[in-house]
Amino acid sequence: MSAIPEEILAQALKELAQSEDLNQIDQVRVNYLGKKGLFTLQMKELGKLDPEQRRIAGQVINQAKDSFQQQLEAKKIELEQSFLAKRLAAECIDVTLPGRGQSIGGLHPITTTLRRISKIFASVGFKVVEGPEIEDDYHNFEALNIPAHHPARAMHDTFYFDAHTVLRTHTSPVQIRVMESEAPPLKVIAPGRVYRCDSDITHTPMFHQVEGFLVDTDVSFADLKGVVYEFLRAFFEKDIQVRFRPSYFPFTEPSAEVDIECVICSGEGCRVCSQTGWLEVMGCGMIHPEVFSSVKIDGERYSGFAFGMGVERLAMLRYGINDLRLFFENDLKFLQQFTHKDG
Amino acid sequence: MKISENWLRTYVNPEISTAELVAQLTMAGLEVDSIEPAAAVFTGVVIGEVLSTQQHPDADRLKVCQVNVGETEPLQIVCGATNVREGLKIPAALVGAILPGDFKIKKSKLRGVESLGMLCSEKELGLAADAHGLMELAANAPVGIDIREYLSLNDNIIEIDLTPNRADCLSIEGIAREVAVLNKLDWSATLVEKTTPTNIDELSVNVLTPDACPRYLGRLIKDVNPKAETPSWMQERLRRSGMRSLGVIVDVTNYVLIELGQPLHAFDADKISGGISVRHAHSDESIALLNGQTIKLDNEALVIADDRQALALAGVMGGSESSVASTTQNIFLECAFFTPASIAGKARKFGLHTDSSHRFERGVDFTLQERAIERATQLIIDIAGGSVGPITEVTSIAFLPSRNAVIVRKQRIEKILGLKIADTVIADIFQRLGLSIVPQDDNWLVTPPGFRFDIAIEADLIEEIARIYGYNSLPSNNLLMRSELGLAPEALLELDRVKDLLVDRGYQEAITYSFVDEDTQKAIAPNDIVIRLQNPISADLAVMRSTLWGGLIKAALYNTHRQQTRVRFFETGLKFVEKNGEVLQQQTLSGLSLGSLYPEQWNESTRNVDFFDIKADVQAMLALSGIEAKFSLAQQIALHPGQSAEIVTSDGHHIGWLGMLHPTLEKELGFDSQVFLFELDQDLLLKNRIPTFKPLSKYPSVRRDLALIVKEDVSAEAIIDCIKANNQRILQDVVIFDVYRGKGVEEGYKSVALGLIIQDETQTLTDSETELVISKLLNALTDTIGAKLRD
Repeated sequence: MSAIPEEILAQALKELAQSEDLNQIDQVRVNYLGKKGLFTLQMKELGKLDPEQRRIAGQVINQAKDSFQQQLEAKKIELEQSFLAKRLAAECIDVTLPGRGQSIGGLHPITTTLRRISKIFASVGFKVVEGPEIEDDYHNFEALNIPAHHPARAMHDTFYFDAHTVLRTHTSPVQIRVMESEAPPLKVIAPGRVYRCDSDITHTPMFHQVEGFLVDTDVSFADLKGVVYEFLRAFFEKDIQVRFRPSYFPFTEPSAEVDIECVICSGEGCRVCSQTGWLEVMGCGMIHPEVFSSVKIDGERYSGFAFGMGVERLAMLRYGINDLRLFFENDLKFLQQFTHKDG
Repeated sequence: MKISENWLRTYVNPEISTAELVAQLTMAGLEVDSIEPAAAVFTGVVIGEVLSTQQHPDADRLKVCQVNVGETEPLQIVCGATNVREGLKIPAALVGAILPGDFKIKKSKLRGVESLGMLCSEKELGLAADAHGLMELAANAPVGIDIREYLSLNDNIIEIDLTPNRADCLSIEGIAREVAVLNKLDWSATLVEKTTPTNIDELSVNVLTPDACPRYLGRLIKDVNPKAETPSWMQERLRRSGMRSLGVIVDVTNYVLIELGQPLHAFDADKISGGISVRHAHSDESIALLNGQTIKLDNEALVIADDRQALALAGVMGGSESSVASTTQNIFLECAFFTPASIAGKARKFGLHTDSSHRFERGVDFTLQERAIERATQLIIDIAGGSVGPITEVTSIAFLPSRNAVIVRKQRIEKILGLKIADTVIADIFQRLGLSIVPQDDNWLVTPPGFRFDIAIEADLIEEIARIYGYNSLPSNNLLMRSELGLAPEALLELDRVKDLLVDRGYQEAITYSFVDEDTQKAIAPNDIVIRLQNPISADLAVMRSTLWGGLIKAALYNTHRQQTRVRFFETGLKFVEKNGEVLQQQTLSGLSLGSLYPEQWNESTRNVDFFDIKADVQAMLALSGIEAKFSLAQQIALHPGQSAEIVTSDGHHIGWLGMLHPTLEKELGFDSQVFLFELDQDLLLKNRIPTFKPLSKYPSVRRDLALIVKEDVSAEAIIDCIKANNQRILQDVVIFDVYRGKGVEEGYKSVALGLIIQDETQTLTDSETELVISKLLNALTDTIGAKLRD
C-alpha cells in the first residue's frame, strides 16, 4: 500500500478546507473519489491483498472515504449557503421604485355609468338596442304624439338638417323603432347620444340618455314605480328616498318626473338641489295610447311603461362631478381620475 | 308663471304654510321653480303725508318738510327728491327703521338742519331696480299705516313651471281651482257684473276665418281719462306676476289675462278706419308690431284688420299704429277665442313669444270671453271712467271646440294604476276637478269643462285620478321580473371587450362632439361631402363628423397645449358619411397615439410610438374576434403616404385605416410630434368567429429557421403569402423574427429571418421529411419572389 488511508483523509480534508467555491470542491472530490482519485486507487490495490487483509484494509479505506464524503457534502452545503447569502445580499433592490411597462388607460365616466345602467337592466332581461342619431321628424316627434307646432316641441331645442331631418333630441325614437319591428312582450333599454341646440353652464349641445321601456299584458304604473325604485337603489347602492311627481310628456300618460333625495346633502337642502332636498333624475310614464296606435300595437291588450334618464346627471351625482362641460373637454387630468372604474 | 301668494289666497286659503302649499303644487304636477319674497326685508316705514315744504337754508337741492306720520306732531324730514310737494303721500322711514341692505335710519342733521327720518323711493324700499323721485302713493292712502301692510308686501312670489298640457293653470283662478281641489276646499271665482251700455256705438265685426276664430267679442269704450293712474294694488299684483305697469288700459288687459287667463287687446278706436275683420293676411302685407319689429306676413298669418290694413297679428301681438297711447280716450276692446291650431307655431315663426300666444296655442277656455270682457270693462270704468258701448259678438258654434263625454272603464283604471280605487274616491276627484260625470255599472262617463284642453281620452282621466290620488300613494310592485332568458350572441364580440383591451393597452377613452368645425373636417377629409346643420350652435360645432379623427385630434391638442406629452385616445360612436345622396351612420372605433410608447420610467430609455406599435394594437383588436386582415400600403389623404395602411378582411371587406398623420397636417394642426391614427368599422370588427375544435397533435413539432435575401420592395406580407400559398399540410406557423440590412447584404436587398414550425398530426416527422418541406418552400420562394437563402 502506497499510503495509509488516515493520511490520505487528512490531506483530503485539508484540501477541502482550503476550497473556496464549488468548482474547487468538485476538483477535490475528483482528486480523491474520481476514477483516478486516491481513494479509488487504494480500493483498486486491495485486490493484491489476501482476503483477510483485504477485508480489514477495505474497512479502513471505506471509513476514511465515508468520513471524507460527509465532510465534502457539509462543505458543499456551507458554501452553497454562503454563496446564496451573498447573492441575496447583492440582489437586494429598492422595491419602492415604480414598476415598468405599459400604463393602463381608462374608460370615460359616461361609459362607466352607461355600463352600470345596462348591467342592472340586463340582469332582469332588458335587451340593449341602439338607434340612428340623425333621425326623421316622424320618429323623433310625430310617432311620439308630438305633432308639428305642439308646444312640447319648444321644450326640445332641435338641430335641423332640413324640415324633416333632425339630430335626435332624445332616445325615445328607439322606442318607436323597436315597437315598429318587434312584437310584445318587449323589455328594452336604448342608451345613446342625443342633441339639443342649447349650450351654457348646465347644458351641452350633446349629451347621453338611456331610454327604457317595457310592454306586456297587464303592465301597470305600480310596475313602473317598482322598476324605478329598484333601479335607483341598485345604481346608488343604497336605499334612497324617491318621489314621483306628476308631469307631462306627450308620449306617456300618466307621466311623472322622478326625484331622489339629494345625494349631496341627504335631503337637507344645498346648492346642488337648489335647497329643495330633491334632485330630478328621470322622466317616465305609461306609454300613451297614441304611441301604441302609431306603432300598431294593440293598446287594449298590451300596456307598458317608458322611462328616460340623463346619463351625465347620474354620473355627476355618482362621482361628485360639478361641471357638466368637463365630460366633453377630454382633459386627461379629468379622465384619468376614473381610470380604475369598471362596470 | 309667477303669481302672488296673497292674491291666490284671496280665492282659496288652505290652512297650510307657504312651504306646504308649494310642495303641494309641485307634487300635483305644477312644479314650483322658485319662491321669492315680494319685497326685500325692511321695517319702520309708514305712510306719510307732506304737510309743507321749505327751502333748506344752506342747500339748494334740499327741502325741509313737515310730514304727518299719524302721530300728534308732524316730523321734520329733510328731503332731496324733486317730486316732493305739499299734499303728497309717500312712504316715510321713521328713526329706527331698517331699510333693505341693513340701512339704519337715525336722527341726523343735514347741513345743520335736523331730520327725523327719510322719505323713500321705490328703489330705496327694494321694490324697483330704479326710481325717479319719491314713491307716490294714492291720495286716499291712510296716513300712519305700515307701508308693508298697505302694499301687502308680506307676500311671496311663487314661480310655477307649467307643462304645456296645463293651460288651464295659466291664471290665478286656474291655480286657485287646483289648490281648492288638492285641499278639498271650495273656492269662488271673481264676481263679474255686466256693465250696462251707456251708448250704442259699435264697430262692425266680420270674421272671415271662423275656423280659426270661432268667437270674437268687441266693445267700444269712449272718453276714458287718459291721465288716470293704475291703482297701486293692481300695479303691485302685476309686478308680482312679472309685468310692468304700462298705463291703465294695457294694465287692465294684462290684469285680466293673469286673473282669468284670457288675453285681451285694446285698440285706439280713433286709429281704426271702418270695421274690424278677422282674416288671413295678404301675401304682400306687412305690419309694424308693438315691440318695434316690422314683419312680412304671409297667407297663413291670421290678422285683425280694419278696412285698410292689418292692425294686429291675431292672438300674438298688436300693431304699433293702432296701439293705445298715453293720450288715447276712445278704445276698442277685443276679447276673442282663437283655436290652438290657428295660433300654434305662428309666434315662433316670427321669433315672437307673448303671454297671449303662449295661452292661445295651449288652449284658452272658449266659454270665458264674455266674462273677461265684462271684467275688463268694469275695471276700466272703475279706474278711468268712460262711456261703454254694447258688446259685438260673432260666434260660430260649429267651430268651437267640442267637449265630448269620455268613457273611463273601471277595470282599465285598475289595470293601468295597479290598484283598485273606490268609486266614491274617484267620483270625488272627478267632481272636484270640475268634470261632469255620469256613473255607469262598469264605466264612468266624464265630460271635461271648457278650460281643460288636455282631457280627451281615457288615459287623460286615469292620469287625473293618479295625480290627485297622489303618485306616491299609489302602490309599487316588487317587481315585474317575468324574465325570459336572453340569448348570448357569441357571433358578436362585445364592444366593451374591445374597449377594455384598449384600456389595458394604455388608451384613454374620449367622448367628443359628433359635430366639428368645418375647417378641421375639410383638412382631414377634404373629399367627404360636408353634412351641415341648419342651425348649429356655433361655427365650432357646425358639421357632422365623417371621421372620428377630427374630434380626437382636437382632444389631443387640448391636452398637448396643457403640457401633456403622451396622449393615447380612443373613441367609439357614429360617423356620418354621405353617399349617393344618402347619409350613412356608421358605428366606428378610432384611436390616436402620440408621444412615448411607454410612460416615462426609470432606467429605461423610452422611445416614441411608431406605426408598428399602433398596428399591434389594431391587430390585438382583430385577434379578439379572430378576423384575418391584410394591411397594405395605400393612400389615405390625411395620412403619411409611406406610412398608411388600408386594412381589408380576408373576405374582402374594407375594415379601416391605420397610419401616421400626414406631416403637413401635423404641422398645420399644431402638433409638435408625430401622431398615429387608426379608424375601424365597428360592425365588421365585432363580427366574432365562433371557434371550432381541431384535434391536437400528439407528435412533436420542429422549428427550422431560414434567412432569406429578398429585394427591398418585397414586402413581409408577400413572403408570408407565398409560404401560405404553398401551404404544406404539416406547416403549422411562420414567424418573422428579424429584418436586416447592411454589411453582408447587398444594397437594395434585405435579409428576412423566418421561423417555420412544422408538425404532423399522425406521426413523428423524420429529418428527411422536414427537409423536403423546406426545400419545396424554398423553390417556391425563389420562383415567385426571387428569394435566396442567405449564406
